[in-house]
Amino acid sequence: MLTSDNAFSTALALILSMDSALISIVMLSLQVSLMAVVIASLLALPLGAALALWRFPGRNAVIIVLNALMGLPPVVAGLCVYLLLSRAGPLGSWGLLFTPTAMVIAQVILVLPIIAALTRQQIETLHGEYAEQLQSLGLTRPRMIPTLLWDARFGLLTVILAGFGRASAEVGAVMIVGGNIDGVTRVMTTSIVLETSKGNLPMALGLGIILLILVTMINAIAHMIGETAKKRLG
Amino acid sequence: MNASQPPPVATLAFDGAAFTHRGHTLLKPTTLRLSGCQRTLIMGPNGAGKSLLMRLAHGLLPPTSGAVGWQGTAPTQAMVFQRPVLLRRSALDNLTYVLAINKTLRPALNRTAGHSISRKAQAMQALDKFGLAHLAQRPARVLSGGEQQRLALARAWLLNPQVLFLDEPTSALDPAAIKAVEDAVLEFHRRGTRIVMSTHDLHQARRLADDVVFLHNGHLLEHTLAKQFFSAPASREASAFIRGELVW
Repeated sequence: MLTSDNAFSTALALILSMDSALISIVMLSLQVSLMAVVIASLLALPLGAALALWRFPGRNAVIIVLNALMGLPPVVAGLCVYLLLSRAGPLGSWGLLFTPTAMVIAQVILVLPIIAALTRQQIETLHGEYAEQLQSLGLTRPRMIPTLLWDARFGLLTVILAGFGRASAEVGAVMIVGGNIDGVTRVMTTSIVLETSKGNLPMALGLGIILLILVTMINAIAHMIGETAKKRLG
Repeated sequence: MNASQPPPVATLAFDGAAFTHRGHTLLKPTTLRLSGCQRTLIMGPNGAGKSLLMRLAHGLLPPTSGAVGWQGTAPTQAMVFQRPVLLRRSALDNLTYVLAINKTLRPALNRTAGHSISRKAQAMQALDKFGLAHLAQRPARVLSGGEQQRLALARAWLLNPQVLFLDEPTSALDPAAIKAVEDAVLEFHRRGTRIVMSTHDLHQARRLADDVVFLHNGHLLEHTLAKQFFSAPASREASAFIRGELVW
């Protein structure tokens, strides 16, 4: 197996070469996915918490739709953003199609339901425990949200990581709205698709291995931050 | 008694207040007046409706019929629960949290020297008062049961309430921790806080009560001065309860 076209040796060679094209692909992948997760978190954490605290007609329907959207196929999300941003689409004048911004938008749509739905669950449980005490302190529901989000932070870190996993792994959405343009919108997953279709399997696998290593490293860092904080605060 | 007498606390009025949940009447229509600045003990066996009465009084729950309200300006209140609910933060941060909350919610009532003493210093004073200073940086939720309840009392202390509700605060504690909680209750009272506390512990009620509210099966059976309640209870259930018989 240890021939020169072996996937592992290719991956190793790729990493060691510090190829500038590869580095820009890796950086763009991380940039797009991290940006999407940050934006989605800023929207979805308060949204999920609000959904946990308020009772309104149609709430169950909203929860079901949100849960269902966790399984939204990336190509469908990509297609919707494509239709919105294409020249003939409602937002066509913005000229965003085939830019990293379009890729971020598509990934936000993919990640937001995951973070919102899981946040709703966590906050609902925590609120069950805290409700009377916070009410006794005179907090209104909007004022409870920051407290609950902060106290659920360890669980929510995992929720955000799940969102990041979704963003970094998907290829359908970024392929459609990004277009896999070399040097502009090419990311790890779209390169893997391209190399596979070219028949360059060791290269495709090598890129896959690098992607896995990166995702593992980010998860390891987040895990260590969570564990140290947990040990300190119980 | 302190020279600077606090202003008299408004009267809490239950007017035919009742509470029904899923067809079960947990508190029958109740009329009750709690006035003055004494220590009222709510007594009765488990399931009598003590906790429910406290929650209605504190405003955590609205009655399903009748009314509960304060005659006059509603006083500042705090509540200490049977199982203390502490935030997932250090003991110190649990206290600075309520100071921050209290400052924004009730700026006019912040008569403590919030400007000259920092929140952290105020919180440390409270921790020290309740014998928790050495645990300031410890996560609140790894403290022992007694320490957690003392932290909950320290938190209430910082709120400087005119009325303090305590819902069976000692039911899960050992004698030393119970003593600490009872001392704290007396300390609150000395500072001019009206005490409303529920318990099913007769000895504790004898030690603390000025007056007693006795509940049984959601019925308010008695509200009398403690002396009278313990020497000559009016209801058959109360006298059985005092003799230590099973009344449920």
